Amino acid sequence: MGHAMVKNETMTINMGPQHPSTHGVLQLILELDGEIVKKATPHIGFLHRGIEKLSEHRTYHQVIPLTDRLDYLAPMHNNLGYVLAVEKLLGLTEAIPERAKVVRVMLAELTRIKSHLVWLACHALDIGAMTVFIYCFRERERIMDMYEKLSGARMTSNYFRIGGLSADLPAGFEQDVRSFIDEMPGHIDTYEGLLTGNKIWQKRLQGVGTISAKDAIDLGVTGPSLRGSGVDWDLRRDLPYSGYETYDFKVAVDAGCDTWARYKVRLIEMRESVKIVRQALDRLKPGPILADAPKVVLPPKKDVVNSIEGLIHHFKIISEGFKPEAGEIYLGVENPKGEVGFFIVSDGSPRPYRMKIRPASFVNLQALPKMAEGQMLADLVAVIGTLDIVLGEIDR
Amino acid sequence: MSENAAVSQLSEKFPGSVLAVTEFRGDTTILVKKEEIVVLCTFLKKELGFNFLVDLCGIDNLGQTPRYAVVYNLRNLSSKANLRLKVLVEQSTAQVDTVSGVWATANWLERECWDLMGISFANHPDLRRILLPADWQGHPLRKDYPLQGPDREPYQGRLS
Repeated sequence: MGHAMVKNETMTINMGPQHPSTHGVLQLILELDGEIVKKATPHIGFLHRGIEKLSEHRTYHQVIPLTDRLDYLAPMHNNLGYVLAVEKLLGLTEAIPERAKVVRVMLAELTRIKSHLVWLACHALDIGAMTVFIYCFRERERIMDMYEKLSGARMTSNYFRIGGLSADLPAGFEQDVRSFIDEMPGHIDTYEGLLTGNKIWQKRLQGVGTISAKDAIDLGVTGPSLRGSGVDWDLRRDLPYSGYETYDFKVAVDAGCDTWARYKVRLIEMRESVKIVRQALDRLKPGPILADAPKVVLPPKKDVVNSIEGLIHHFKIISEGFKPEAGEIYLGVENPKGEVGFFIVSDGSPRPYRMKIRPASFVNLQALPKMAEGQMLADLVAVIGTLDIVLGEIDR
Repeated sequence: MSENAAVSQLSEKFPGSVLAVTEFRGDTTILVKKEEIVVLCTFLKKELGFNFLVDLCGIDNLGQTPRYAVVYNLRNLSSKANLRLKVLVEQSTAQVDTVSGVWATANWLERECWDLMGISFANHPDLRRILLPADWQGHPLRKDYPLQGPDREPYQGRLS
C-alpha cells in the first residue's frame, strides 16, 4: 500500500436521456475526475420529428400547428414567430389590425410568465427546493386554463393565424387576465421569499456555471442566458415586432455571468411581463382581428357560410393555399428561452420551399460544455436548469 | 441603411468576391464566392462588427447548378444591422470551409447542416451527425429524400 496505488484517471459516465433533471431527453456523456466534470458532451436528437421537412410538404397555414410542438412550454411564442415571418414574406406586416397585435403581445407575455414558471419550478426542484415547484405550477395552471378557454387546448394552442387571430377573445377573458396579473407580483414575491434570501439556494447558484459576455456572444447564446452575462440585448426592444416598441418595459440585465444572475434576470422579466400584459389590457379596444387580405387570410366561419366570396376564398386557401412571391426572409422573436427565428425560402408555390427554424435552446445548449467544465457533478443539474432548455425545440 | 453600408464596404474591399446583392422585404442577401467565405466572414466580424451568427443553414435547389446553397444570417449587436450571406455549393464536392473558427456558434449549426442536408464543412473540428443516429443513411432535408423515409411506400393519402 503506497503511492503506487493512487491512480490518476478519469471516469466516463452516462447521464440521461432518461434522467429527471435533463428536462426531457438530453443525454450527456460526462468525463469525471472524482466529482469534478472534466468534459460534458451532449447527445441530442432523441425527439427529432423532422418538422422542417414536414413543413416543406404543407401549406403555410398548415405549418402553424407544427410550431406549437417546438418549444411546447411557450407555444404561443412559436406561433407568433412563424406568423410574423410569413406576414413579412407576404408584405402583410403593416396590414395587421391593432387589436390582433395587442392580443398577440398580451398572450406572448402571459406565455413568457408561464414558461418562466416552469423554469423556476424545475430549477428549484432540481436543486432540492420542492415547495417552489408546487407554487409555480399552481400559477401556471391559471394560465393553462386561460389557454384552454381561448383555444380549447392547454398546451398546443394553435391560436394565431397568418393575418391575425383564429378567434376573438372569449367573454370574461379580460377579467381572468386582469385578476391574474393583479395577483402575480405577490406570487413572485413569495418565490423570492422562499429562494432569494435562502443561504442554500445562494450557495448552489452563485459562481456556478459562469460564462463571460464574450463567450456568450461567440457561442450565439440568446435570451435570459445572454442578459445574465451582462449583454444588453432584447429583440423586443432592439428589433421590435408586433408593436413592442410602443410598450414601456425594462430589459433585465445582470453582469454576474453565473446561475444566480440568470435567476435574477428571469424573475425581473416575469415582473416586466406583468407590466406589459397590463398595458396591453388597457389598450385593448374592440375591432377587427384579421387583416383585410382575402386571398391569404382564412375568412371567419360566418363569412364562409353566408357569402359566396367567403366560401370561394375559404375553399381556395384550404385546398390550394396561397402563393407568396419568391424570395427569402428571416424573422426572429424573443422567446422566453432566447431568439427563435424562422428563415423561409419561397419559390412562389403554396408551400415553403425551405424553412429553417433557429432554435434558441439548441444554440444555448452548445454553451453547456463550456459552462459545465470544472464544475462539481452535483452542480451540473443547476447548469442544465439555468439554461432553460426544451428538447422539443432542440430536436425539432 | 447600415446594411447597405456593409454591402458597399464589402464590395469595395473584395470586389471580385461579391457576386450579387438582393433586397427583399428589407432583408439584404449577398451572394459571395464560396472559396472566400472564411476571409469575408472574418472581415465582417473584425472590421464591420458582425459579431453574432444568428443562424446557418443549407438549401437544396434540386435541378439547378450548383445544386446547394449555404446561408449565413449575421447580426451586428451594436448597430442592430442584419445581413445575410449566401454561397453556392456544387453537387460533386458538396463542401464549404467551416466558419466555426470565426463564430463558435457555427460548430453545431454546421453539424446540423451536414446531418440533415449532407453539405460537409472542411476543417470543421468535430463534424459528426447531431440529430440523427450515427449510422443513419442519407440526408433527409435533401429534396430527393422521400418524406416517408427511404424504405417505405409513399403515403397514398392526402398530405395537404
